[in-house]
Amino acid sequence: MTASLIGQDYIEIRGLTVDFDGFKAIDGVDLTLMQGRLHFLIGPNGAGKTTLVDALTGLVQGSGEARFRNKNLLGMRAHRIVQLGIGRTFQTATVFEQLTVLQNLDIAAGVHRKGSRLLFARRAVPERVAQTLETIGLQALANRPAGILAHGQKQWLEVGMLLVQDAQVMFLDETVAGMSADEREETGDLLERIVPDRTIVVIEHDMEFMRRYADFVTVMHAGKVLAEGTVAEIQADPQVHEVYLGTAAEVGADE
Amino acid sequence: MTTTTATATTTASSRPKAAQLLGTYGSLVAIALVALVLLVWAPNSLSPFRLGNLGKYCSWAMAAVGIGLAWGRGGMLVMGQGVFFGLGGYTMAMHMKLEAAGPGGIPDFMTLYGDGTMPGWWAPFRSAPFTLFAIIALPAAVSFLLGYAILKRRVKGAYFAILTQALAVAFATLLIATIKQTGGFNGLNTFSTVFGHNLYDPGVKKGLYLVSAALLIVFLVIVWQFNRSRYGELLIATRDAEERVRFLGYDPANVKLVAFVAAAIMASIGGAIFAPIAGIISPSNVDAAASVMMIAGVALGGRSALLGPALGAIAVGFGQSTLSERFPTGWTYFQGGLFIVVIMFLPAGLASLWPKVKSLLPGRMSPQAALVDGENGA
Ligand SMILES: Nc1ncnc2c1ncn2[C@@H]1O[C@H](COP(=O)(O)OP(=O)(O)OP(=O)(O)O)[C@@H](O)[C@H]1O
Ligand SMILES: [Mg+2]
Repeated sequence: MTASLIGQDYIEIRGLTVDFDGFKAIDGVDLTLMQGRLHFLIGPNGAGKTTLVDALTGLVQGSGEARFRNKNLLGMRAHRIVQLGIGRTFQTATVFEQLTVLQNLDIAAGVHRKGSRLLFARRAVPERVAQTLETIGLQALANRPAGILAHGQKQWLEVGMLLVQDAQVMFLDETVAGMSADEREETGDLLERIVPDRTIVVIEHDMEFMRRYADFVTVMHAGKVLAEGTVAEIQADPQVHEVYLGTAAEVGADE
Repeated sequence: MTTTTATATTTASSRPKAAQLLGTYGSLVAIALVALVLLVWAPNSLSPFRLGNLGKYCSWAMAAVGIGLAWGRGGMLVMGQGVFFGLGGYTMAMHMKLEAAGPGGIPDFMTLYGDGTMPGWWAPFRSAPFTLFAIIALPAAVSFLLGYAILKRRVKGAYFAILTQALAVAFATLLIATIKQTGGFNGLNTFSTVFGHNLYDPGVKKGLYLVSAALLIVFLVIVWQFNRSRYGELLIATRDAEERVRFLGYDPANVKLVAFVAAAIMASIGGAIFAPIAGIISPSNVDAAASVMMIAGVALGGRSALLGPALGAIAVGFGQSTLSERFPTGWTYFQGGLFIVVIMFLPAGLASLWPKVKSLLPGRMSPQAALVDGENGA
């Protein structure tokens, strides 16, 4: 099953609905997330982007179906979903503030570790963790508590935690928000480098960032999929302009 | 953290490593100092009476070390550790009652209150190996089942505290209600020997004290290793952001369950050594009030510091028996006042003063200190 799936991992979502006491935050969404492309999920505030990811990662209960490698993710417990190789970041970066940057990454790397090895202290920095520290540029802060990090650095740490997890599917919820222009570019380039053998979904409000890096875009509105396609197709879609009324110029803007 | 300079943490190379070594092995040195006081100084300096008392405080301190792990590091406010203290204490006491009754004999109180027959479940406790096994296996099994049921249902915070406290109430009530089987309100007392050693022999008394103090030191070393292990880091992560841990592929309930079971076993062993030293185990040693006293020492000493719980428990034990002898009424108020002051001004216990003292000294603070101060609520 492993060899034949390379290059063709996907999550197939059919009829996904999330009901908060009668309010349908996600309303019958069909969506296919494919390996090897940067899939952007956009839409106005409250469209249901975060809720969609929450449902796929076991944080909220959803009905319908979300198939990944012959398993339905809906109804699975969160830590089991992670063990399948599906990772996520959070819109508000959540790191272990009292632990050091290194400890944060080491815990994230633990998915692949045997339980019995937990009882020993870490002797050396694991290879993957060291690499990731370099990638996210936090080597200098490796031994500082994560609580002192700036907002953007916490987002980087979250990305790093995904990298050491070696997640095959990554959901990034507004990760580049709060990063400087340079940092956004670094993040975008990093995602482009790692996406060929992964399924990556990026939730983002920054249209310029989307235009530059998106291979495929899904626009959500009021819990439904409004439009799907390439950046060009989305920009040409009049419906998309309508929901982005105030920011219509921005979506279509061409430099 | 103010004294840590930027250059101190630039790379994972020499400097921070030295600081880390100091942080890690400094703790071992501190444990060694405690061991020196408890195992060398005390037996040579204290009267047998005071030494016996110190042995009792050490047994409470064992429970406290477990509470430090479960509460300080794991965020579970275990308000019913008396239950596990009692499981160990009663197990040991049952064996000693049967020893006192002699081969084939039955404990005196059963003839006094009952019809002179012994319940079948007492029988295995005649065996010394079984008793030792039960002191560990009973609390392990009970805490595993309870912990599994409670933690998998994601019961946390105040609900967890109230639930565990209720268990202690129920346990004491059950003991009081079963006078024919457990000695009821009086508990189990008037032992003569423990594993064949005469309890009135001064040498045996001293030996019991030494076992108690040595076990406490062993527990401190175990918790030290727990804390520095990857598990210890994971436990803190779980305490501070349980949901986040879930999204890294761990089940937080399992992480907490390990600490909960370990704490129960430590309390049980404490109870098992308490019974022969005190010469009695009764519901008042294991009920809700006793459980709160165990927590009190931990809160006072500092729940997430390595030595905080043990030293706090010894201090509270000492205060209770020594100061209360001298100032019977004043002590209660003093103790109440002390807790209010500690909780208001030092929520992380007296141990949180240590990094402040240390930062006044020359040299650098260990990164470990970050785990001790700046605690957020339970
Ligand atoms: N736990 C909840 N209970 C009730 N309603 C919720 C809950 N979580 C989200 N919602 C509602 O569901 C809708 C979708 O929210 P969601 O957070 O998924 O939007 P979003 O697309 O991520 O928006 P944003 O761009 O602001 O992050 C919103 O109307 C929100 O108020
Ligand atoms: Mg959102």
